[in-house]
Amino acid sequence: MAIIEIQNLAKSFGSVKAVDGVDLDIQAGEFLTLLGPSGSGKTTVLRMIAGFETPDSGSIKLNGTDITYLPPYERDVNTVFQDYALFPHMDVLSNIEYGLKVKKFEKAERREKALKALEQVRLAGYENRKPNQLSGGQRQRVALARALVNRPSVLLLDEPLGALDLKLRQQMQIELKELQREVGITFIFVTHDQEEALTMSDRIAVFDKGKIQQLDKPAAIYESPKNEFVAGFVGISNLISGAAAQKLIGKAGTFTVRPEKIRLGMTGSDVRNAEGLIKEVEYLGPSTRFLVQLDAGVELMALRQNSSESAFEVEAMRNTRTTLSWEIASEYQLV
Amino acid sequence: MKLSTPAKLFLWTVMGFGLAFIYVPLILVVINSFNTNTSFAWPPTGFTTSWWSKAAVNEGVREAIGRSLFVATIATLIALVLGSLAAAAIARYKFFGRDAISLLFVLPIALPGIVTGIALNNVFTNFLGELTIFTIIVGHATFCIVVVFNNVAARYRRMGSTLEEASMDLGANRVTTFRLVTFPLLRNALIAGGLLAFGLSFDEIIVTTFTAGAGQNTLPIWIFQNLFRPNQAPIVNVVAAALVIISIVPIYLSQRLTQEKSDK
Repeated sequence: MAIIEIQNLAKSFGSVKAVDGVDLDIQAGEFLTLLGPSGSGKTTVLRMIAGFETPDSGSIKLNGTDITYLPPYERDVNTVFQDYALFPHMDVLSNIEYGLKVKKFEKAERREKALKALEQVRLAGYENRKPNQLSGGQRQRVALARALVNRPSVLLLDEPLGALDLKLRQQMQIELKELQREVGITFIFVTHDQEEALTMSDRIAVFDKGKIQQLDKPAAIYESPKNEFVAGFVGISNLISGAAAQKLIGKAGTFTVRPEKIRLGMTGSDVRNAEGLIKEVEYLGPSTRFLVQLDAGVELMALRQNSSESAFEVEAMRNTRTTLSWEIASEYQLV
Repeated sequence: MKLSTPAKLFLWTVMGFGLAFIYVPLILVVINSFNTNTSFAWPPTGFTTSWWSKAAVNEGVREAIGRSLFVATIATLIALVLGSLAAAAIARYKFFGRDAISLLFVLPIALPGIVTGIALNNVFTNFLGELTIFTIIVGHATFCIVVVFNNVAARYRRMGSTLEEASMDLGANRVTTFRLVTFPLLRNALIAGGLLAFGLSFDEIIVTTFTAGAGQNTLPIWIFQNLFRPNQAPIVNVVAAALVIISIVPIYLSQRLTQEKSDK
């Protein structure tokens, strides 16, 4: 059953159409990611679900009830903010208890729930700290606990990992996902980081220009992007179009093939083969990226695991000729 | 950072001179208030508390102090209410002419006091017919509002709007949000702005000259009028000494308040 039903949602700021006709059903218990570049409308959609922005038209239903014009404090959703928005004048415990306090829970009950939530985000013992005495990762967890302690129907997360360093971000991705399974609450997660979206989501809605470009499971978004934008935004797109498409694939249209599907220096039957010059070599540690200028008149990126080659060896391949090949099944025609 | 001994010595000396320059005259005022010599010749010829007892029963002084306190209190209260409301409107809402209005609010403090004084004097005498203690209060409020407005607006800007959003997101309505989040975070700005406004009003003399009614002497005006009367000079000195001592209290309090905040 859909817990949130969004119909034909639109919102403009001045002459800019931030959200331009979005329809979206979100299933109970799912981890849905709104993915897109900045200014694509994903955050505005989230803020309209939270109640911080009023849509120009369209409707939002939560559990079958229209909440489009309800103020934020009358909606059964909670938000984890990008900058955490912890109350600086309250300690960790008061921050977490805040939602329960304004909803008039008994002191003993809200204390118990808050302490439990703190334990859930593995911060037991930090209840008397002030937010400015915590690290970024810890603040992040307090913000999570503060939202989750209210047991909302839906948790909204606005780029919550953006301010963390890479290591911590990867760790929090796993923890967030585990936490979501544990509490069984619907998560709507906004990010511009495609890797984050692919790792965590049950489904991804890719946003651009205020519209949903594609809504699907992560694998489908990555493997069979619907259009050029999705192909380019999620992963590196190797676009083959125009004359090059005619030459290589034998028909008109725009095609894409992911870099890791392309092999170097091997030919075969039943595969596409294309000759070209290696223009750039990027040594990435576990793998190497090659930028190859094909004779057919298109540049493709190929990614290869460094299973036996050294950095020196791959560097030496710059400005040499090679053959690229890929399975026909791994090329996709874009609409 | 470690400093070499000569550098330390040098810096201590400079600091000593600086502090001495500010505080020696003030200490002199206090000492002279106990000096038996009415012309304040140095060194003091003897010790007396008679100026203090004379000042304590002086009608003019008591009236002027009372009036100044009253004016400063009311002007500060007006400034706190209007200044913070204006700051909230400008920080939290978008409306036509917002930047212009913001500028208009701040402008009075940049205007020379004499211009404000003449302008207000014109309006008051033409439209109200007479100058009273309330015309002084209105005159003072024009610049007291600015300091409150500036303090509160700066705090609003630094606070951003997400904290209020977070509060409402967690189920608090606007009133509760103001009570539990916005006001506690503004409190220090209000105290700072209020103290500054009070201080500005308390020693204001130019605008007051133009807006005070007959016989409505505030303390600065009384001091100015009596400073050069030989028999009043020792009493003026006592008033000045008393003000030095009294002004330590709010400064000390505000320092303590802010320190406690950062210790927690």
